[in-house]
Amino acid sequence: MRTTISVAQLRSQFVRDVEEISGEDLLACNQCGKCSAGCPVAAAMDMLPSQVIRMAQLGLTEVLQSRTVWICASCLTCVARCPKGVDLPRLMEALREISLRAGAAEINLDQLPPDLVRELPQLAIVGGFRKYIK
Amino acid sequence: MKISYYPGCTLSTKAKGYDHSGRTVATALGMELVELPDWQCCGATFPLATDNSMALIAPTRVLYQAEQAGEQVAALCAICYHVLKRTQTALERDPAMRERINWFTEQEYGGRVRVVHLLELLRDHLGWDELARRVVRPLSGLRAAPYYGCLLLRPYDEIGLDNPEAPTVLHDLLRALRADPVDFPYSIECCGSYLTVKDPTVSETLSRDIVASARAAGAQVLVTACPLCQFNLDWPQRETAFGRTGDEIPVLYFTQLMAVALGLPEEDWGVEGMYTDPRPLLRKWAGGEDR
Repeated sequence: MRTTISVAQLRSQFVRDVEEISGEDLLACNQCGKCSAGCPVAAAMDMLPSQVIRMAQLGLTEVLQSRTVWICASCLTCVARCPKGVDLPRLMEALREISLRAGAAEINLDQLPPDLVRELPQLAIVGGFRKYIK
Repeated sequence: MKISYYPGCTLSTKAKGYDHSGRTVATALGMELVELPDWQCCGATFPLATDNSMALIAPTRVLYQAEQAGEQVAALCAICYHVLKRTQTALERDPAMRERINWFTEQEYGGRVRVVHLLELLRDHLGWDELARRVVRPLSGLRAAPYYGCLLLRPYDEIGLDNPEAPTVLHDLLRALRADPVDFPYSIECCGSYLTVKDPTVSETLSRDIVASARAAGAQVLVTACPLCQFNLDWPQRETAFGRTGDEIPVLYFTQLMAVALGLPEEDWGVEGMYTDPRPLLRKWAGGEDR
């Protein structure tokens, strides 16, 4: 597959939105991969965390389709280890927010398994609703 | 010593045993946890989007209520602690944001209150030596795996409770109770947190790995400070769970082990309703029988 990267893309509104919402400098990441190496949920992701940053750096909006941004549980392991001080969970949150603010919903409240909902601790429900739906 | 206490939603409902054992052991150690008179949910997530000041309103209200009551407010739930502590830090570093929230809530939060976890009070106020002196039922020979999880420790810059990569606070607590802390490689790995709402199979896989790792290291119980970790690690071990192997191990709150070691009666352990019943194991130490 051919991917075109243009200067316009590198300075697109998408890149500015990600940086503004996250408060992070995308280009601070030098792609060392330490976040991906230590990510406890990487096995369930379709794209490694460091690849998500790379795509965002390049202004490739396809990154919004990645499952990775929804699998990230904000455990902050990568934050503790990033040698460049990049707060990757903030970037993931920015990508989720861009989708959620455009009307996406990651969970369907009617389809949550009832036996699980009965048992879930309240903070999982409150936290999950805040992360996955507006 | 009296100290304000914020239980949070989960400790008032699903994790009542954590709340009860926490209050009881604190009282037994001369630290009375006084529940804030009028509190509400902290929101259960700290907002990671810089433009989401809405999500800071709920925790700021809690901090305001706590500030009226005293200089410190203690939490037991690791997630409440995380949200409140990060909000405290964020509003300390960004006075303009504090003003903005105060303008909205019409409450003057002054930024003076300090959020502490009961573990910090035990370590820094009471001290491990003093705790060790209060132990009447030493948990000698109990192999307990300290499971720290994520939000109690990270990010260090804003929380600062313990070393985020090599924490010791639960280890030290277990040693004071004379239990043997078991080191295992998944001690600070994520349990999947609220992924359990959206992708339960992913969080169950993470949780099973954590439990299996602790068991392989010889642990008889896992010890945590977080009601979501407790649920995520214990739920896949429930009786009706698919893939149950029969060698399940209880997932306990540190306060429950403290209740046993301090010689409190079984009704004060707060262990009812856990998916893996810890009572058959704990009674060995409470009764002082052979083990």
